[in-house]
Amino acid sequence: MRGRRPFFRRPKSCPFSGPDAPKIDYKDTKLLQRYISERGKIVPRRITAVSSKKQRELARAIKRARILALLPFVLD
Amino acid sequence: MPYYESVFIARPDISAAQVEALTESLTAITSENGGSVTKNEYWGLKTLTYRIKKNRKGHYSLLNLDAPPAAIKELERNMLLNEDILRFMTIRVDELEVEPSIMMRNKGARDDRPRRDGRDDRPRRDDRGRPDDKPVTVAAAADDNNAAKDDGVSDVSEGIDTKGVET
Repeated sequence: MRGRRPFFRRPKSCPFSGPDAPKIDYKDTKLLQRYISERGKIVPRRITAVSSKKQRELARAIKRARILALLPFVLD
Repeated sequence: MPYYESVFIARPDISAAQVEALTESLTAITSENGGSVTKNEYWGLKTLTYRIKKNRKGHYSLLNLDAPPAAIKELERNMLLNEDILRFMTIRVDELEVEPSIMMRNKGARDDRPRRDGRDDRPRRDDRGRPDDKPVTVAAAADDNNAAKDDGVSDVSEGIDTKGVET
């Protein structure tokens, strides 16, 4: 029944909450890369389902990685 | 004393041994100012995602520090003056990592994993290629069947004839 309802989205859970969630670290470029777009922009949390607290932490980590040239500021 | 993590990028044209010497001199500066370096890591020559001072690559190093703010200030002043250091970033952390950081862990794994995955994928792609071929053979087989049916009619009639001859 639920699946058939139009415009219904099942609740997504934050990938950084829970017992075996990865730690957000500016050195972990492999993990951070998943949260930047093709252009190198930080992906909004409405798409990635990251909680707001973790999104702030993630944004900080991405910005730190950018300073160290581990992640790009712009990609084209 | 607060904990800090400091990453610095050294010029690519210096050798790894020189980076090591640079790390030692920075360690000396922190200890002179009452701090200590609990761990230092050399991440190797890595490609920068954008150019820094006209360089495309750089030697990355990490220092874990337990030092008073004055020592950090002195350390950063020295890094700023050093021509071999392209960039540095020092951040305060709540806890210092004891085990090697993600960068060091990935370095070992990187040699094995992607290649293995690649090898696993390649034969699968070949397998996927085969079903694409199959419909063609099936269609050809279907044509053969139709042809066989056409022939079959005559064959059967012939068979009857031969049977008739035999009986």
